[in-house]
Amino acid sequence: MTKTILFIEDESALQKTFGEVLTQEGYSMISALDGELGLRMAESKKPDLIILDLILPRMNGFEVLKSLKESEETKNIPVIVLTNLGSMEDVDKAISLGATTYLVKADYKLEEVLEKIAAIIKQ
Amino acid sequence: MILKTIADQLNIAAQCRKYNLSLWQCPQFIFLVMGLIIIFSSLFTYAIGTRYISDPYMVAIVVLLVASILFVLSTIISHSFDKLAEASRMKTEFVNIVSHQLRSPLSNLKWVIELLFSGRIGAVSEKQTEYFKILKENSSRMEELISDLLIVSRIEQGRFPQRKEKIFLKDIVQGVIKNSEIFARASNVQIEFKAENDLPSVFNDPSQAKLIVENLVDNAIRYTKERGKVEVSLVKKKNHLILSVKDSGVGIPKNDQKYIFQKFFRSANALKHQTEGSGLGLYITRSIIEKFNGRIKFNSQEGVGSTFLVTLPIK
Repeated sequence: MTKTILFIEDESALQKTFGEVLTQEGYSMISALDGELGLRMAESKKPDLIILDLILPRMNGFEVLKSLKESEETKNIPVIVLTNLGSMEDVDKAISLGATTYLVKADYKLEEVLEKIAAIIKQ
Repeated sequence: MILKTIADQLNIAAQCRKYNLSLWQCPQFIFLVMGLIIIFSSLFTYAIGTRYISDPYMVAIVVLLVASILFVLSTIISHSFDKLAEASRMKTEFVNIVSHQLRSPLSNLKWVIELLFSGRIGAVSEKQTEYFKILKENSSRMEELISDLLIVSRIEQGRFPQRKEKIFLKDIVQGVIKNSEIFARASNVQIEFKAENDLPSVFNDPSQAKLIVENLVDNAIRYTKERGKVEVSLVKKKNHLILSVKDSGVGIPKNDQKYIFQKFFRSANALKHQTEGSGLGLYITRSIIEKFNGRIKFNSQEGVGSTFLVTLPIK
């Protein structure tokens, strides 16, 4: 069965890039441009994986992550934080809130991000 | 030389211009005025005191007046320092915000270039590949600069914490050298690494230790002339590990040596040899080493090469 990935990211350029490669990899990608919409979509669509940015309009990524992990319906969905915030406080905060992994955009190649996604979704 | 240094220190107007402050906002100038006032007021008080010895009220009024002037000046100085501190904080904050804002479009750019390169959305001609490579190299350069700026702003804000982990510096150096091989080969530089066997581990931050080694090895390759050699060694001396990175490069001119750990400083010699570079690497390197309770020093001779020595405590 095709796995669904929810991509919560306010940069439309990234939405387009990931939309292209994730579809090519055989996933179905749904996306949200702000945190609030992302949370609602996570609750209604129950994706197999969420890729979450931290700097988001309406509701920031930490708030989204907290709500996702507090809800019975979404708490088991793995979340990859994909952001440009790279301080240790941010990493620790996201991991303690329940993020499966934390990737700093500047440090990863596209293929490496795809490998991480594949590894987590297979688990 | 010493006289020139003293003259530079006394050139208060130039020093205030450096801070972009008016004279009355500049601590150096106000300290000078305060010093002069203290000297003259002491003499004046002495003169008044001896002349009006029979009139203690007059002496008390003069002392009170002098104390009031000094109080006002101290307040002005304190405000000047506040302004300087605020300006420095704002600058750091500005760098932080701008760097973050620049990072997002650059990440997008990087991944779009990768996507184009990958052939996932259609074949790429040789000529197109050539130009994509230029795009990629330039976006990488900007990313490196932004990453350095972010580290500097975190260091200055005191928000550059270190993880404490058991690390083997030898493994880190080997990893960095392996990653630098392509750059070294392209620059026609040979890298040699010698390390003592059974070196102890150190308890520190692995990514920051890697950054120290990367910066030093990268500089050594970058500033080495064609067919040069970079020698890296790691030894134990008492309770310290000593990392040495020696190059046969352009060297640092004597006059520039005292500035090389300053932010954004690039020696004229380095600029002549290699225009690329932000001048932040050694500042970051030294800041991290000092956080590790270590030390960094160097010997350099223009046209012959440089040797950087890093001493890190084992415990």
